[in-house]
Amino acid sequence: MSDRRFDHLRLEQVRRRFGDKVVLDDLNLQIAGGEFVALLGPSGCGKSTALNCLAGLLPLSGGSIWLDQRRVDTQPPEKRGFGMVFQNYALFPHMSVRRNVGFGLAMRGTGRQETRRRVDEALRLVQLTPYADRLPGQLSGGQQQRVAIARAIVIEPPLVLMDEPLSNLDAALRLDMRTEIRRLHQSLGLTTIYVTHDQEEALSLADRLVVLREGVVQQVGTPEELYRSPVNPYVASFMGYRNLLPMTVTGRNGDEATVHGFGIELTGMARGRFDTGPATVAVRPEDFVVGVEPANPQNHIRIAVEVVEYHGREQAIQARLPEGEVLRLRSSNRVSRGDTVSAWVRHDHVLVFGEQLDGPPVEVAAGPSAGVAANDSAPSTAGAPS
Amino acid sequence: MTVAPPAPAPARRHRPPDPRAHLSHRLAERGIDRTLWLLLPGVVFLVALFIYPLAYGLGLSFQPLKSTDPLYNYKQFFTDHLQRDTIGTTLRISLPAALVNVIASVPIAYRMRGRMRGKRFITTMLVIPITLGTVLTADGMLKFFDPAGGWFNKTLFALHIRTPDQPVLLINNYWGVVISLIISGFPFAFLLILSYLSGIDPSLDAAASTLGASPRRRFWQITFPLLAPGLAITFCLTFVLAFSVFPSAYLVGNPTSTTRVISIAAYEARSVETNDSKASTIALIMAVIELLVISVVLFGRGRLYRGSTGGKG
Ligand SMILES: Nc1ncnc2c1ncn2[C@@H]1O[C@H](COP(=O)(O)OP(=O)(O)OP(=O)(O)O)[C@@H](O)[C@H]1O
Ligand SMILES: [Mg+2]
Repeated sequence: MSDRRFDHLRLEQVRRRFGDKVVLDDLNLQIAGGEFVALLGPSGCGKSTALNCLAGLLPLSGGSIWLDQRRVDTQPPEKRGFGMVFQNYALFPHMSVRRNVGFGLAMRGTGRQETRRRVDEALRLVQLTPYADRLPGQLSGGQQQRVAIARAIVIEPPLVLMDEPLSNLDAALRLDMRTEIRRLHQSLGLTTIYVTHDQEEALSLADRLVVLREGVVQQVGTPEELYRSPVNPYVASFMGYRNLLPMTVTGRNGDEATVHGFGIELTGMARGRFDTGPATVAVRPEDFVVGVEPANPQNHIRIAVEVVEYHGREQAIQARLPEGEVLRLRSSNRVSRGDTVSAWVRHDHVLVFGEQLDGPPVEVAAGPSAGVAANDSAPSTAGAPS
Repeated sequence: MTVAPPAPAPARRHRPPDPRAHLSHRLAERGIDRTLWLLLPGVVFLVALFIYPLAYGLGLSFQPLKSTDPLYNYKQFFTDHLQRDTIGTTLRISLPAALVNVIASVPIAYRMRGRMRGKRFITTMLVIPITLGTVLTADGMLKFFDPAGGWFNKTLFALHIRTPDQPVLLINNYWGVVISLIISGFPFAFLLILSYLSGIDPSLDAAASTLGASPRRRFWQITFPLLAPGLAITFCLTFVLAFSVFPSAYLVGNPTSTTRVISIAAYEARSVETNDSKASTIALIMAVIELLVISVVLFGRGRLYRGSTGGKG
């Protein structure tokens, strides 16, 4: 078995094809021991494939994986000793919850007393002590998911791979388990790679995020870096920029760019090298200030409110720009359907990307502020041919 | 004496809500719902082709030709060692044949459970014997294993493993029948086991491997327990096929001694002695023995986990 701790896990040019389809394209990533990394991306972008490659369940089509100086991609999964929480749980249906959780310890030849103590502890952590003697088929989906988590962490592996481990839990339990996973990670020093498509989960849990799109890494960085400075509209869409408007750049002044479209003019922070031409403008709904007349007319627009949803303290508003496009806003100032109101957004809350959202999944050329994404992993090159 | 005031009449207009579930829900809980009609064709066939002949044969077996004692045929069968021994002979042939079929199928099916190059070709090759039929198989065996001119022995002679005066005898004896039963029973066993195996979710194996289980332990602790109920069923089916062996016992066996199986005894009673009553008796004894073996196997199976195996079914 592998040693508990390691300095670095390195993925070098890891690539995986299914037939002709490249599902993981030259994945380069370096993860420090003890780090919590979230893999973020929409359904089908290759997250599970990446985990399976790491765990040794799928052979690589190219590249290598290193644990410090040890090459692990040539080892079978049972020799790697990584814990894995499967997306479909993969609990052994013929074994009780207790035996499921104890399976990894049994394989390691852990003594009976020790096994019992650690299994009890793990079951307590996932709040399943009363269910220890049931079969998995007699548990709810969320309970099964927690058994899967307990089974993976009870062996205290050097690296835990979690494939959407909280997807089936209700909101309250999800928050509890999220805290629990974070706590486990810290107290056991487990290095964790966590797959999710939930932005909030990724931001709140991870030390670093990796955003994937069709198997290509888009950006790697701390939650703060990604949240503040997404490198392209795609990453922005994952970081809460729900308004992604195709507009046209009419002026560029250093870091700032002015864009036109849909009957409005906005000034925002330019991301990337461009002077004029088509661009994507990203704004978060909550960055708008609605219904207040600002002193400065810059970034001041008028919108027609179409849908208002009550969200407690705030309202979620769907409105239309003078020339058609839909805009989403949040506001604590009450508005109602049919109103025409003014909205304002600070220019540093507006991001202007010199590319289309629907463009090919490529890494943007490093712009003036792309330095924030700096880390020790090499960004993949644009549209690398196979 | 005081007269109790009349109790107020209960309001009858509103029926109190019945705390129990609706009748249809309670019936469904016991497995009674409209899908029961799906059993109808099966029940019709069962009655027409199984229950009726069985009852008829049972009646016949208690009406012996040569005696007034209704149990005469049964007593006769168990006292005549020529008859009685056919039970042992049949079991000696059919049990090993069924066991070999199951045991040989498991590793091949295990290797082929996932996606694999040439899987369809190999499956087709393994299944061809089904289409041949016992008689053709027996004919082929007679030629192939012929002690003098068959390829099998010729090869052994050429390799100096055997000399022509000591050929390996694999026909007209016990081994001939066993081999023939394996050839004809294997495809059934293999196909059944392959489908049971593909019903087991492959991610269970993957999960066990990430938990540190070697391939051997994964097989014995994960795959095998989930497969075992299927193996029991497969064993029963191939056993029944082998137990009623008749053509190969005649054609590639030694039907007067070592392969005088119980179906031969029944056949002789019917066709040679024209004693239908005796033949029915033997057929019933045959059925009872099969039932006994199957019950033992299924009793063992009842102690296994038989729930979902999480696969594509
Ligand atoms: N065995 C396979 N054969 C062919 N294509 C596959 C196979 N497994 C996955 N794929 C394809 O690879 C891509 C990535 O799949 P993967 O399971 O990694 O997605 P994911 O990011 O985990 O998605 P989700 O969030 O829905 O779980 C998908 O487009 C999928 O269709
Ligand atoms: Mg997945």
